[in-house]
Amino acid sequence: MNAIPAELLNILIGLVAVAASVGLIGLVMVWVERKVAGHIQRRPGPYEVGPSGALQPLCDALKLVGKQLFMPLGADPILFWLAPVLAFLPVLLLFLPLPVGDGLQALDVNLGVLLILAFSGLAVLSVLLAGWASNNKYGLLGAARGVAQAVAYEIPLLLSVLAVSFVAGSLDLAQVVKGQGTWPWNWNIMTQPLAFLIYIVSALGETNRAPFDLPEAESELTAGFHTEYSGMGFGLFFLAEYANMVVVCSVATALFLGGWHGPVLPGPVWFVLKVSALMLLMVFVRWTYPRVRFDQLLVINWKWLLPLAVANLLLTAFFVKLAQFA
Amino acid sequence: MIKEALNTVSDLWSLMVGLRVTKDYFRAPQVTVRYPWKAVSNIATYKGHLELVGGKTGKPKCISCGMCALACPSNCLTVVKRKPPKPTPEEEQALAEAKAKGEKPKDKTPKDPEKFIYDFTLCSLCGTCMENCPVGALDFTGSAYLAGYSREDFHFDLVQLLKNQAGLEGMDASAAPETGQSEA
Repeated sequence: MNAIPAELLNILIGLVAVAASVGLIGLVMVWVERKVAGHIQRRPGPYEVGPSGALQPLCDALKLVGKQLFMPLGADPILFWLAPVLAFLPVLLLFLPLPVGDGLQALDVNLGVLLILAFSGLAVLSVLLAGWASNNKYGLLGAARGVAQAVAYEIPLLLSVLAVSFVAGSLDLAQVVKGQGTWPWNWNIMTQPLAFLIYIVSALGETNRAPFDLPEAESELTAGFHTEYSGMGFGLFFLAEYANMVVVCSVATALFLGGWHGPVLPGPVWFVLKVSALMLLMVFVRWTYPRVRFDQLLVINWKWLLPLAVANLLLTAFFVKLAQFA
Repeated sequence: MIKEALNTVSDLWSLMVGLRVTKDYFRAPQVTVRYPWKAVSNIATYKGHLELVGGKTGKPKCISCGMCALACPSNCLTVVKRKPPKPTPEEEQALAEAKAKGEKPKDKTPKDPEKFIYDFTLCSLCGTCMENCPVGALDFTGSAYLAGYSREDFHFDLVQLLKNQAGLEGMDASAAPETGQSEA
């Protein structure tokens, strides 16, 4: 009898855990988002179902599941239904190389960052397909915006990540975390503050979060690329957005905030705490800043983030080389 | 160039200020009322549906002149006047005598309306009826929590409503119109 390879078993367990946690994260994040939005606008937010409205997202999810799947006339049926699936499926993969704790990693690859960056690029394709297949001008406009934005913001994101991996000398997330220490002054954010800033801004752009939510700008494009999606089609996009948020926040935690390192508490707790803090920051950012105009969005990227990221990368490379000689 | 860079820094700082503002609002007490569970306190200026104002005797001040119904732009008011009471034989005799002398008989009909039908579904709460009322017999209620299951629930007889309200005097005054309506 052939034993199942440990590596495969690891991935299987990881995938099941990820699939379970993505749903849970989605529910919790919807609740947090609505609660924070409510309190910022000085109203209670959801409070009717369950304690403080904690079960409201569950009801919403049940409603979404129960709704009829509807396709507009003249839409491309294959692409139309492929898009939400394509938005959601790669997200599961993105969770695999995340180092939640020391050795607690579903898939230990030495190119973890690259894997995440490569497969998160598929999100753009799903946005494009959704907008294109909907046979709706709002959808198409949203998709066009989404592609222009995602392509633009991927570059500074990549460059800021690259700067960190120059310092750490590895593209393996676990290795990058191991290179950092327990206390905040041992984290990479101290050596790469600019890269962290660029990463956070680009991550907002990459996940289509406000103030960079132009592909789905509801005041201009009704709902942008997912205008025509109802029920679980929309639900998958929604879930993918929150899952993507978790991924970018986790990568930021691993790269800049010391990952699982922290005093007293066990590693995974620190990791979750840091990710939650970043998520909360993203939620706060969404309810604080107004949506930028599209030209402003691209100006921020091409005229500020990209040159700064390149300069940062070159400086980092220079100092890393200098350190080798010293 | 330097000025531009400084501007950028101050712009970035303004983003931080914005975050602080939302943080303050996040922690500030809420200003909304959890409506079905808690009543709104400041509804003194609220304009609810019409009501008849009662006189000293408890009967409505209304004199059934019909000016309100005439003035109403939405035709939501119907005033039903009282029929003159059936005269007793003595009165009938007196009436015949007076007629023989050429005097005009005195109208003994009570002036307050028999019915004052008010269709709230049509009313726009403009207040023209109140302005046109010569005796000030109409007023807006402060009842903000009016609700019903059918259109007919909002066809009121204001005379009946006033009677019910008088009967319920001393109880929760704001709740009286609704309960009165459900009984009527």
